Amino acid sequence: MAAASDIANGPDTSDTDTDTDPDPTARRPGGSDAAEATQLEIFREIQAFHADAAKRRADGTPASSDPELDFPPYRSSVLRHPHRPAVTAPEAFVELAGPVFGDADVSELDADLTHQHIGEPLGERIIVTGRVLDRAGRPVRGQLVEIWQANAAGRYAHRRDRHPAPLDPNFTGAGRCLTDSEGRYRFVTIKPGAYPWRNHRNAWRPAHIHFSFFGTAFTQRLVTQMYFPRDPLFPLDPIYNSITDEDARGRLVAAYDHDRTTAEWALGYNWDVVLDGPAATRLEQDQH
Amino acid sequence: MNPAENTGVPATPGTALQAANGRQATPGQTIGPFFGYALPFAHGGDMAPTGHPDTITIHGAVHDGAGQPVPDALLEFWQAGHDGSLTGNPGSLHRDGHTFTGFGRVPTGPDGHWVLRTLPPAVPAGAPHIAVAVFARGLLHRLFTRIYLPGNARANAADPLLRGLDPARRATLVAHAESDRVFRFDVRLQGDGETVFLEHR
Repeated sequence: MAAASDIANGPDTSDTDTDTDPDPTARRPGGSDAAEATQLEIFREIQAFHADAAKRRADGTPASSDPELDFPPYRSSVLRHPHRPAVTAPEAFVELAGPVFGDADVSELDADLTHQHIGEPLGERIIVTGRVLDRAGRPVRGQLVEIWQANAAGRYAHRRDRHPAPLDPNFTGAGRCLTDSEGRYRFVTIKPGAYPWRNHRNAWRPAHIHFSFFGTAFTQRLVTQMYFPRDPLFPLDPIYNSITDEDARGRLVAAYDHDRTTAEWALGYNWDVVLDGPAATRLEQDQH
Repeated sequence: MNPAENTGVPATPGTALQAANGRQATPGQTIGPFFGYALPFAHGGDMAPTGHPDTITIHGAVHDGAGQPVPDALLEFWQAGHDGSLTGNPGSLHRDGHTFTGFGRVPTGPDGHWVLRTLPPAVPAGAPHIAVAVFARGLLHRLFTRIYLPGNARANAADPLLRGLDPARRATLVAHAESDRVFRFDVRLQGDGETVFLEHR
């Protein structure tokens, strides 16, 4: 595994993963041998699932922002979701606090994914920024934000990504930063490409950047994916559509923001994030 | 933040939607298969200061609903220190060998196995435990659970979470002692012996 300090050292070749798992992500061109369903069948499964969810909401079940853990159109979820409902924790001293990060963890260079190598990476340079807030709208300050993504051609610098698209020697695609006093994060990166995967026949993921967030409390821990506006692949993607509420899905889509665009240099996107779960109740948060 | 405050260029629909929704939570998504070059860090599972005499080892495997190991999961751990302090310390991502940060992060290996070396947790009140978050390809949103240690029988018996569970379910949250300082804690995502997962409201 790559050490934290190795982010800038290039594509991961030390990964010890084996290929014993029948992994739907082990992609091959035209890989229709392992995946049975067609895109149309998956699309219809998604539509049926969404229609059921809409009916439940009409019957009074509150809309949820969370993805469905049991979402069969995403084939890998079938054996990896709990059958039993989550138990409400009656008290949470421990989880109402959370890890803290600082200058010992992150260098300023980590937030610019286009300057981790000698040359400029290929692709469309972008700025991705936004604020991290808790449910009450308070900024989450000084907390760790991590991202990872495919390169402009849709290829991850990961040993198990076998998509026959080029690796970019000048792009690893991993970064991190701390939020500022307004809860704002900011990355400079390359717009990732869409890429095929083997969930079903001719399956393609919409372009996305993986994000990891910490709040003031461990209860707020969030790993998610940020998408780009008006992606034509949205209706076809089982992962995006595992969130049955349309408004909630929309909250994963960044906004093109011309005021974040830098002249002669990079396009800007804004994506604000609200962490769910009870926040820390300690007063320190207000003393920073 | 008003995106149009500088140029008057209208915001895209994405921004309008965010504003209209106020403070509604951002949904989670699966961690996917390719986090391995981004999230794990050196000594992520070495929470205990190097050579600390009280160090305990907790290890286990993550299994899916067919009993197969999950080789592409990531586990995170958060706990109080020896003194019950929950303030944490920076420095997890570049361990210095002596600071206890309270945070650990371990990917599962090809056999679904993970290992954590830490200090026994203490809490101000109730039964000591370690908070755990589980992420994996195929798992669309993180799962929370807890590791309790078997040596704290009396505190465990009084713990409001453990007390409310039937014995078989309770057992999924209590690590099994393999020796004085080595404990086993398996995570079963689905089916027989499914781990108790938690929500926090």
